[in-house]
Amino acid sequence: MSSLSSVTLATLAKDIRLEWRSKDAINSMLFFSLLVVVIFSFSFDPTAEESREIAGGLIWVAFLFAAVVALNQTWARELRNQVLDAYRVSPAPATALFVAKALGNFFLVSVLEGLMAPLFAIFYNLRAVGPAWQLIPLAALGTWALVVNGTFFAAMSLRTRSREIMLPLLLFPISIPAVQSMVEATRLILSGDGSARFWIVLLLTYDVVFTTACLALFETVLQAE
Amino acid sequence: MKRVFPILAVLTLILLGYAFYEAMWVAPMERTMGDVQRIFYYHVPSAWTAFVLFFVNLVASVAYLVRKNPRADAVALVSAEVGVVFCTVVLVTGPIWARPVWGIWWTWDLRLTLTLVLWLIYVSYLVLRRFSDSTQTPKLAAVLAIFGALDVPLVYFSIWFFRTQHPQPVIGGGGSIDPRMMHVLLINWLAFSCFAFLICWARYGLEMFRREVDEAEALESLLEPAGRGAAGLKIPFDREPR
Repeated sequence: MSSLSSVTLATLAKDIRLEWRSKDAINSMLFFSLLVVVIFSFSFDPTAEESREIAGGLIWVAFLFAAVVALNQTWARELRNQVLDAYRVSPAPATALFVAKALGNFFLVSVLEGLMAPLFAIFYNLRAVGPAWQLIPLAALGTWALVVNGTFFAAMSLRTRSREIMLPLLLFPISIPAVQSMVEATRLILSGDGSARFWIVLLLTYDVVFTTACLALFETVLQAE
Repeated sequence: MKRVFPILAVLTLILLGYAFYEAMWVAPMERTMGDVQRIFYYHVPSAWTAFVLFFVNLVASVAYLVRKNPRADAVALVSAEVGVVFCTVVLVTGPIWARPVWGIWWTWDLRLTLTLVLWLIYVSYLVLRRFSDSTQTPKLAAVLAIFGALDVPLVYFSIWFFRTQHPQPVIGGGGSIDPRMMHVLLINWLAFSCFAFLICWARYGLEMFRREVDEAEALESLLEPAGRGAAGLKIPFDREPR
């Protein structure tokens, strides 16, 4: 167990340090989601009442697309200099590597959301009518739902041709229930039309089911050769 | 086994013809919808067949991960391909029926959405198979099939709740089905299942044959005389390297 957590921590610290020095992923994600916000804002030009109804959809679609940017380069770094091959022959558990990568992506996307959410609120004149504190656990669960499968499918698409385009093709169909839960819950919280509890529970179920599946099957994917 | 295939093909053809006759002339006319309701005898059996094939795909994928038997992988591939074809039939015949009956082509109803999401998942499965390198395809595809299967109940609950929250035009309505209609429906389902089984069988044979050819080619390139270049340039053997 101690080896699992130490490997996880070491990989996570390495990834965050690399990202801190280059800031490649976070900058491209930020700029990308800023563009999405501006373009959506131009194309719909909603009133405050309308934007409460549609903001949930816009915000999560923007984050979903931006997350793909980060997810795509998760493993690319490890391909250079055959790091992944070295990892494969080392006795370190595969799940430790997966958890580290997923946590790293979770951290990145959360930072992005923290920076972008205020901007969304300003551009769309958002003010939550329902209980706004629920947005925080919702964002955490939703982000985990995206990155846990995203990290897994990014590892899968490493072994395919044109891997950059492969990731969204695999990730989006599976993520449909998660995205719907996030969008509906956000809409209900912002507009105060009802309780978002069902959607948050569904999202939690999604997280538990797919985290388990990823941990159980990651070894197979890493060793697929 | 090779002799059974044409016999089965002829039987399936006869059964399909009989089922068509039953659906078009024998089944009673539906009172409110009229003749357009007869598409039901193609729509519903296709849907059942597609779901059965997707289930076969899941079982074969799990079997592959456990046993590593390449035959299980071939079964998984074949059932996914044929399943997508039948699922496409469902998604095409549905709107053709819905337009005159409901007045709309499409609604985000539970069953419609679930079928569409299933179709999307299995298309992405086939895309993955197409884009990955041949040696790793089976494992990755099997893993994706399991993820897809885990997703189905979650999709079901999300749409179920979404729709109960926002009522839409009521679909189908309750009520019992005429026993003669049920009879025709079941005959059509039998015919469609036989048909699906037949295509799967043919496709399975083709897939196994393709693999044999691939293996033979790989073996041949290994055994090739060292003088031949990788680009297929033939260097005459009598000329010794200087």
